[in-house]
Amino acid sequence: MRIRVEHLSKKFGTFKAVDDVSLEIEDGSLVALLGPSGSGKSTLLRILAGLESADSGNVWFDDEPATDLHARMRGVGFVFQHYALFRHLTVEQNIGFGLDVRGVGKQTIKRKVAELLGLTGLHGLGGRYPSQLSGGQRQRVALARALAPEPRLLLLDEPFGAVDAKVREELRQWLRRLHDEVHVTSIFVTHDQEEAFSVADRVLVVNKGRIEQGGPPTEILDNPETEFVARFVGDVNVFPATIAGNIATAGSLRARVLGDVPTGPAHLVIRSYDLKLWREDPGIATVQRIVTFGDRVRVQANVDGAGPIVAFFPRRSSLLRGIESGCRAQIEVTTARAYPAESSSLYPMSTTA
Amino acid sequence: MSEPASAVALPVPEAPPRSRARSSSANVRRLGQFALGGVVLAYLGTILIAPLGAMAYEIIALGPLTALKSLLEPNALLALRMTAILTVLSVVINAVVGTLGAVAIVRHRFPLRPLINALSDLPLAVSPVMVGLAFILLFGREGLLASLTAALGIKVVFAFTGLLLGTLFVSLPYTIREVAYVLEELGTSEEEAAATLGASPFQIFFRVTLPNVRFGLAYGVLMTLARSVGEFGAVLVLGGSISGQTQTATTFIHDAIDQRATASAYGMALLLALVSIVLLLGLEWFKHKKHGGSR
Repeated sequence: MRIRVEHLSKKFGTFKAVDDVSLEIEDGSLVALLGPSGSGKSTLLRILAGLESADSGNVWFDDEPATDLHARMRGVGFVFQHYALFRHLTVEQNIGFGLDVRGVGKQTIKRKVAELLGLTGLHGLGGRYPSQLSGGQRQRVALARALAPEPRLLLLDEPFGAVDAKVREELRQWLRRLHDEVHVTSIFVTHDQEEAFSVADRVLVVNKGRIEQGGPPTEILDNPETEFVARFVGDVNVFPATIAGNIATAGSLRARVLGDVPTGPAHLVIRSYDLKLWREDPGIATVQRIVTFGDRVRVQANVDGAGPIVAFFPRRSSLLRGIESGCRAQIEVTTARAYPAESSSLYPMSTTA
Repeated sequence: MSEPASAVALPVPEAPPRSRARSSSANVRRLGQFALGGVVLAYLGTILIAPLGAMAYEIIALGPLTALKSLLEPNALLALRMTAILTVLSVVINAVVGTLGAVAIVRHRFPLRPLINALSDLPLAVSPVMVGLAFILLFGREGLLASLTAALGIKVVFAFTGLLLGTLFVSLPYTIREVAYVLEELGTSEEEAAATLGASPFQIFFRVTLPNVRFGLAYGVLMTLARSVGEFGAVLVLGGSISGQTQTATTFIHDAIDQRATASAYGMALLLALVSIVLLLGLEWFKHKKHGGSR
């Protein structure tokens, strides 16, 4: 189902949870709403499900107005963050619930439930109660339950937030495969960029109730349109800098920036993997700490006049030769962006995540 | 004798005092626990166990069967029947009204919500005798609504309606409290899930909400039952304990004691005690189910 949202707004008291959001989602796509907690992404999802009503704005499902449609008439499957399984019903009864309340025949329900148990890898668990399942299994039951009535739209609120890291990775891959099989238009909410980029076709970055940028994962990563997106996506270094021409200067660090940035004060944003660093005396920085993470090495240095910078290198990189804590180093920035400093007040300075 | 002992203690000079200190503080703690337990036990013994024990002793001395046989006389049976009817009605009415009231209080936002919430606790704070008096002021001969009830042909004071009103009043809070508490704990996500799955409000209530509150409701019903069976003040004032007409099990005991009909008093008391024991066991079971058993 194709979804169109126009000028949607929702306030809780004086807090703008959703602020004049417009967006379009293509039929059959898998979209991630990515943003920090409190950015309004869950509220947007709940409005799409009909669980929350917007103060203003409109929603269309396949060009039919859906703004005032009751949740149960929308044909939307919703997967809750904490599963919200019916605790007094078995796995089979949970999955069959959406068919049962619609008056579907017992035999059809039985067949559909068996099919979904297979699809979700829950063979043999149909007779169990939710309390007898692991977190990952509960999440899959929640998904099977949402899929049973064959929804036109599947909405998932932080679907993998409540399971441990390993199970989360499995569930992500499984959700992607499931979507490739079932092809139902799906939107999921997450604050985890890795999750958004590894699973979704399209990522919408949400901040303060607004969509900052939307597009395929690579586009968001390569061409962040706003400072928020540049900072939120990927590990970044941010320096107060001055722009002249297309060269940004921050202390001893000079970097050519992409695009047209007006001359004057700006924030220089450099990805931790978009820079080269090698041993050189005098150079412009002092290496402070080297940490190895499996196949990657994180080098932390202090740039003269600009402050700490973080860079990631492959473990076997030749650039790392001779690098040690306390040595001097030269830095070359391969790709960088700058955003006029006025917008900075919106986002407090923070070190790289 | 003391010299060899200290010589033995020499190699480890610090250990003995420390261990002695530790064990003495443990002893003090244990003593404290015993003392506290003793105080609580003595208190419960005085106000709970001793009187019940005395009653049990008297009943055994009289012979439990003799006591129970005295209940076969017509007035005792009528009093029992009255209590049974009042209890069943109050349980049914309070279960329905209490559940709906709890849903309204917890799930809906309306202007008088806090007031209704507070009012539902009122019967816990008000003396039943006062409740009886209040109803008499309302429905008695000179009462504010006397003309209305007279026109409708309903007799309230010294009649069944009065007994029922009094019983309903005193037993009102229990199902509302219990169900509201469970609903609050549950949250709304299961109900929301049901709505997105296409369930109507009616289906959501009967297939999701009600099954989820069933143990809380059962607990509330048992509390209502216990309260209704045991109610005395309101039914005495409103009903007047007219033998064979508005007398209930509790007012029957009261009158029997007055008339020195010990066997009847003991018989009825024994029966009510047995009912209480069954209720108590039921309450414990549901309490366990309500907290964790259902998860």
